[in-house]
Amino acid sequence: MALRPVRPRSDLPLAIDPSSRFLGWISALMAFLAALALAGAMLVSDMAQRWDSGLAGGLTVQVAPMPGAPVASLDERAEAALTVLRSFPGIRTATLLGGGEIARLLEPWLGAGATDPLLPMPRLIDVVADGPVDVAALRLRLTSAAPGATLDDHAVWLADLRSFAGAIRLAALGVVVLIGAAAVMTVVFAVRTGLAIHRPVVELLHLMGATDRYVSRQFERHVVGLSLRGGGIGLLLAGGMLYGLHRASQGLRASLLPDLTLQPWQWVALLLVPVALAVLALVTARWTVLRTLESMP
Amino acid sequence: MRGRVDSAPGRVHCPERGGVGREGLASCGGTVIRFENVGLRYGTEAEVLRDISFTLQPGSFHFLTGASGAGKSSLLKLMYLAHRPSRGLVTLFGRDMALVTRRDLPELRRQIGVVFQDFALLDHLSALDNVALPLRMAGTPEADVVAHCSEILRWVGLGNHLHAKPSTLSGGQKQRVAIARSVINRPRLLLADEPTGNVDDGIGMRLLYLFEELYKLGTTVVIATHNEALIRRFDHPRLHLDNGRLMVLPARGRVEARAKDARANDPAWE
Ligand SMILES: Nc1ncnc2c1ncn2[C@@H]1O[C@H](COP(=O)(O)OP(=O)(O)OP(=O)(O)O)[C@@H](O)[C@H]1O
Ligand SMILES: [Mg+2]
Repeated sequence: MALRPVRPRSDLPLAIDPSSRFLGWISALMAFLAALALAGAMLVSDMAQRWDSGLAGGLTVQVAPMPGAPVASLDERAEAALTVLRSFPGIRTATLLGGGEIARLLEPWLGAGATDPLLPMPRLIDVVADGPVDVAALRLRLTSAAPGATLDDHAVWLADLRSFAGAIRLAALGVVVLIGAAAVMTVVFAVRTGLAIHRPVVELLHLMGATDRYVSRQFERHVVGLSLRGGGIGLLLAGGMLYGLHRASQGLRASLLPDLTLQPWQWVALLLVPVALAVLALVTARWTVLRTLESMP
Repeated sequence: MRGRVDSAPGRVHCPERGGVGREGLASCGGTVIRFENVGLRYGTEAEVLRDISFTLQPGSFHFLTGASGAGKSSLLKLMYLAHRPSRGLVTLFGRDMALVTRRDLPELRRQIGVVFQDFALLDHLSALDNVALPLRMAGTPEADVVAHCSEILRWVGLGNHLHAKPSTLSGGQKQRVAIARSVINRPRLLLADEPTGNVDDGIGMRLLYLFEELYKLGTTVVIATHNEALIRRFDHPRLHLDNGRLMVLPARGRVEARAKDARANDPAWE
């Protein structure tokens, strides 16, 4: 089955070329893959953003019990840490988590015994920053005021997550670029074939006063029509697949999987895939025709 | 000087013809075509055309004759810029073709109407779309394109075949489509290669009147033909090719009477 060009009247009978038959379907395939890669990159970006906003701006201070060490009691050291934190620039609140809360956090790992007061529980302080915090200075003051206090600013976690998300985005971008390169090569091949097949007609058009641009417009219309419609079909398939995955992920009870929901603007961005494909095809076709014709008498 | 042909320096032929307004055309704008010692060879073969020298003035009408294989089509191809000469000088509308760049060619070619010997119609386009090609290339508005093309196709007797594909037309009908296409944009120079080869003399006559109309409007016309009857009927000077060389034979000067006579006897067709 061949995708027929939108405009039936063209000076060159490109529609019946063998190359036309596959150009449309290759466009569909490429748009499908590009849309999936793009959607994947956007989903990962969203996920990284959610982790980011969930963890950034939050600090945790842990004051560990130090049995046998010549230091103040655990509660005193926790108080000292709180004092330091509350007076430190950029910190909005610092809240000592009660024993019950800590036990609840630990319960999944330690079971009901987590509430046993005999267990040497560390004190945890939940800190919310509302500005830039000089983490290094804070760490220094905390350890001198409250020995055994450690500051966790999630920086390591976040950096790992960010670089992971960045790698995925880069990979998706690479896939999109490769698909674009494949599209360019396909169009170059199809246009060169068309020019070779229709060389007598092209020569005749030249003799009647056609400019190279006039000839290239015939090819541009042809490839733009095919890549728009092929791309549209590919996008529909990709959209269907994404929607299916979204539905399947909603059916899952556990929220282990990342959220597979695309925002409306992201759907619009996917709509641009066939458009970008068509623009690429247009530019490539024009460039190929003009360059090939340069060498014709 | 009217309808003048110089075959070589010093030999000037001045065919005497009646008619109005030719002087003005001839004197303004210089020559349409000038060949000087032009030679053409295909590949490494012997020259097909040798030492061709002649000048066509604006608003002239010439028949191009010669035996089959004498080089008529080749000479026309040089004129419509399909070939470049192997040697010699070709100027078109006053421009030396050796100096013209690729970029300038379309503009020059648009001023030349060509009826190709094999018609060169595009098989996938209707008669109307074939005729429309030169207009669409020139960017004519689509409404005008359709109006003009249907009008001229009606004029050549193809009013009922506007949307027919060339493959469904007879040889003579294809030829008329080709002729309609060659004149649709009122070219300054009209070159026709055997334009009446596939039609009977009645239709051939009518087609020649079409060329005559353009000629009267100032178009320079060259028609390659074997048809002695037509040549005799329309008394125009002749470019005659023999063995690769060109001779210029003047008109005999009895045009008007014969043309009037012919027009009166012209059978209505279609
Ligand atoms: N493309 C070509 N390559 C090689 N030789 C050619 C080519 N075209 C024409 N010739 C040769 O040039 C000579 C003149 O050919 P041309 O077609 O100009 O003749 P003509 O006068 O138009 O003949 P006819 O009346 O049969 O149309 C012939 O000997 C032909 O074989
Ligand atoms: Mg010939």
